[in-house]
Amino acid sequence: MLNAIGRNTLKLNELTVSELRRLLDNRGIKPQEVLDDVYNRIDAVEDKVKAYITITKDSAYEMAKDAEQAILSNKQSLLTGIPVAVKDNMCTKGISTTCASKMLHNFKPPYESTVTARLKEQEYILIGKTNLDEFAMGSSTENSGFHTTRNPWDPERVPGGSSGGSAAAVAADECIAALGSDTGGSIRQPAALCGVVGLKPTYGRVSRYGLVAFASSLDQIGPITKNVMDSAIMLNAVAGHDPLDSTSAPAEVPDFANFLGQDIKGLKIGIPKEYFIEGMDKYVDDAVRSAAKKLESLGAIPVEVSLPHTGYAVAAYYILATSEASSNLARYDGVKYGFRAQGGKDLLEIYMNARSQGFGAEVKRRIMLGTYALSAGYYDAYYKKGQQVRTLIKQDFDNAFKEADVIVTPTSPTPAFKVGEKSTDPLQMYLSDIFTISVNLAGVPAISIPCGFTKNNLPIGLQMIGRHFDEGLILKAAYAYEQSTEWHTRRPAL
Amino acid sequence: MSGKYEAVIGLEVHAQMLTDTKIFCGCSTKFGSEPNSQTCPVCIGMPGVLPVLNGKAVEFAIKTGIAMNCKISSYSRFARKNYFYPDLPKGYQISQYELPICEHGHIEIMVDGDVRRIGITRIHMEEDAGKNIHEESGPYSFVDLNRAGVPLMEIVSEPDIRSPKEAAEYMKKLRTILKDLDVCDGNMEQGSLRCDANVSVRHVGQKEFGTRAELKNINSFRFVEKAIEYEIKRQIKVLEDGGKVIQETRLWDSAAGVTISMRSKEEAHDYRYFPEPDLVPITVEQKWIDEIKASQPEFSDERRERFVSEYGLPQYNADQLAIDRSTSVLFEEAVKAGGTPKDVANLIIGELTRLLNEDSKTFDECPLRPKQLADMLRLIENGTISGKIAKTVFEEMYKTGKDADTVVKEKGLVQISDEGAIEKAVDEALAKNRNEVERYKAGDEKLMGFFVGQVMKATKGKANPQMVNELLKKKLG
Repeated sequence: MLNAIGRNTLKLNELTVSELRRLLDNRGIKPQEVLDDVYNRIDAVEDKVKAYITITKDSAYEMAKDAEQAILSNKQSLLTGIPVAVKDNMCTKGISTTCASKMLHNFKPPYESTVTARLKEQEYILIGKTNLDEFAMGSSTENSGFHTTRNPWDPERVPGGSSGGSAAAVAADECIAALGSDTGGSIRQPAALCGVVGLKPTYGRVSRYGLVAFASSLDQIGPITKNVMDSAIMLNAVAGHDPLDSTSAPAEVPDFANFLGQDIKGLKIGIPKEYFIEGMDKYVDDAVRSAAKKLESLGAIPVEVSLPHTGYAVAAYYILATSEASSNLARYDGVKYGFRAQGGKDLLEIYMNARSQGFGAEVKRRIMLGTYALSAGYYDAYYKKGQQVRTLIKQDFDNAFKEADVIVTPTSPTPAFKVGEKSTDPLQMYLSDIFTISVNLAGVPAISIPCGFTKNNLPIGLQMIGRHFDEGLILKAAYAYEQSTEWHTRRPAL
Repeated sequence: MSGKYEAVIGLEVHAQMLTDTKIFCGCSTKFGSEPNSQTCPVCIGMPGVLPVLNGKAVEFAIKTGIAMNCKISSYSRFARKNYFYPDLPKGYQISQYELPICEHGHIEIMVDGDVRRIGITRIHMEEDAGKNIHEESGPYSFVDLNRAGVPLMEIVSEPDIRSPKEAAEYMKKLRTILKDLDVCDGNMEQGSLRCDANVSVRHVGQKEFGTRAELKNINSFRFVEKAIEYEIKRQIKVLEDGGKVIQETRLWDSAAGVTISMRSKEEAHDYRYFPEPDLVPITVEQKWIDEIKASQPEFSDERRERFVSEYGLPQYNADQLAIDRSTSVLFEEAVKAGGTPKDVANLIIGELTRLLNEDSKTFDECPLRPKQLADMLRLIENGTISGKIAKTVFEEMYKTGKDADTVVKEKGLVQISDEGAIEKAVDEALAKNRNEVERYKAGDEKLMGFFVGQVMKATKGKANPQMVNELLKKKLG
């Protein structure tokens, strides 16, 4: 047991997964004590942050009992007793899963997503389900059907999105680690804006079974954590082939923690010129350039790379992602589950009422865009062209990775923007993901880690992109950088 | 059909595959269970769930493709067909569009003694939809999703068919192949085999196709011919009256015997097909195709030839037996159980077919086992029962499922072969009909039949006919 003074000064919710693992395994603390601190923190700051949609306190203490037993009998797993928050678009059996949509406001899945099932196998403790842009469509959580999450560094500002709830919960120490999902930047951009670590694994690395689909060929689940070590641990817990997801890769899963601490001498880092654009925030530009210098000082070799089709990525993405979304969201018809509008004189009206009242504006906009792009007579000009651009962007990365081992870019062109600043201009909002979208189109893995602060004390994110299934290498580079800086140790003064 | 016109017909056939489980989940495909009892989050389209392809369905499609002389695609993929309907829980059907599993095949059919080759454009896999059930008077409709996700093959023919009769023959041949492969039970009434017909007419000699109508709801073999026949006449009449055929979907109304317009081309759905991102493309290796090829069963054409050469059946009988696998099996098993091929064939084609038809049953539902057929034929052969009595015996066997021996015993139908008893009956018959005896003796030999009938009547048909004939001839000598 920790002595009384130690326990009183140590706030367990501020610790990382690996730190808690050590304390729990030493039996210095009990899982319930960790939970106490996490829920006390939630009670204290959640009014300001609004990271969660559902808080699962009762079931969390139930899970803590099992975790305690496991530890006492020396049968603990990777995450035994670790409080984790899960984005509310991953199905949790019997626990409300809303996608931040009125359409699913009352939906309790009778099945468990593969990722949460794997976390359960590792005996995690579910703290709650976090807020997002409705159906993961957005970059600020302002499109949530319930409420907007605030950035813990400045509650006037957005946390980014769509996994804004998960990123804010991690940044505000309202959980130890979290899961997000990333279709065009939805893990990395909020991680950057909240000053935490966000990893989008290779497409196919993590099962999508039970992740409510936005754009199936782009969606990927990944961890949002306080540091790179935790990112590796969380990835270990969820990665690997799943027979329930045909698109999950049968690729071997290494122990990602093994990559951490290796030196990066001779690692070739590519900096694509297309990623330093006009209109980029000066502090972001500076921070990313000095991060590159830092990597160089650690032995990495800078190389010049080009990703020439970057300029077409956002356009191609908004055709392909919306096309898939228009089909993926067709199942919400008010007939079988979820929101059902009153009235309706015939079938068509029942459909139209449910869908016009159940979906928010951005979701409807994307359904319409996608429906249009797939329509007879337009398919070749839009969807097919988008697929061709996607192929070119993949080739860009293949070529760049002949020169570089890791590509380094800013995660977001700007730090966190103010609530309401971009919400009336969808195109401006779409451009928030200009540096993250290509990665999803190419299917490669990328991580965002803190690399500095603006003069207003807003976090800046550095993106490191790797080859397919080479998460180990970007984790290694990210860890080396992180260990030589102190950005990740800073906490918002909420 | 008016001599000036020629019909152009293509058929799109949906065949439910006989896999144990659905195409994208593990639910049972059993027919006729409690509504929605065979469903899971995947086949009812819950949020976040994903399809996983049933390998058996691919195997069945390849089998069928090989049997229909198709090229099997080494690379094919699924696509989404998007439309809203309550029986389609995801709002899209997973089907194949650009790259189907089988293409460029053909089958041969016999029409009026000529062999006709009908092209198969493609065979693709897809999932079936559920069923909407509408309450007669109340305000509700119900949805049963047991069928949602049952694997289907869509077999699309080239527009090579030229008459309603050819269309019917094509459907029969298709069913025969599917049943030989054991990939579909071929039951049109229950909907496990469905047929949509694209029908157009043109002037004889004209190269371009006329405007086509698509006929739906043709739910029995009988209606394939009828519906197309009606539609051809309708289109010719439209043209003769100076009108134009419009491209539309028409519904066959079997009660009224007409096709009625369902929706025009303008009202047709835009299905917004695109590649299914939840499933990876299907790659088929040549090795697998070769393995399937090597394990293909005997097909009806081969079987027919064999029935002629091996059993000495006339071509016509061989045709009738070989067309259906269950009939063929019944025939061969009965022969194996001791029946003479010719007699077994006659029994199946004659009495058994008649009884099943009266009962609206297929050979799959035949209540009698092959051995029962052979045993009954043996009773005729060894003189226990007469051919005439056999009919009665067989009807009773069909009705009750009992063996021939049991029926004969229970009903006391054993043939009378006791010469004394028959002679007594003959004498009585002749004594009762003196006038006819006189006429016979005067040369009216046709009366022999009358005397036989009288004796049979008196013996309730049980007298050995041969002995009756011999005795009569002797006595009337």
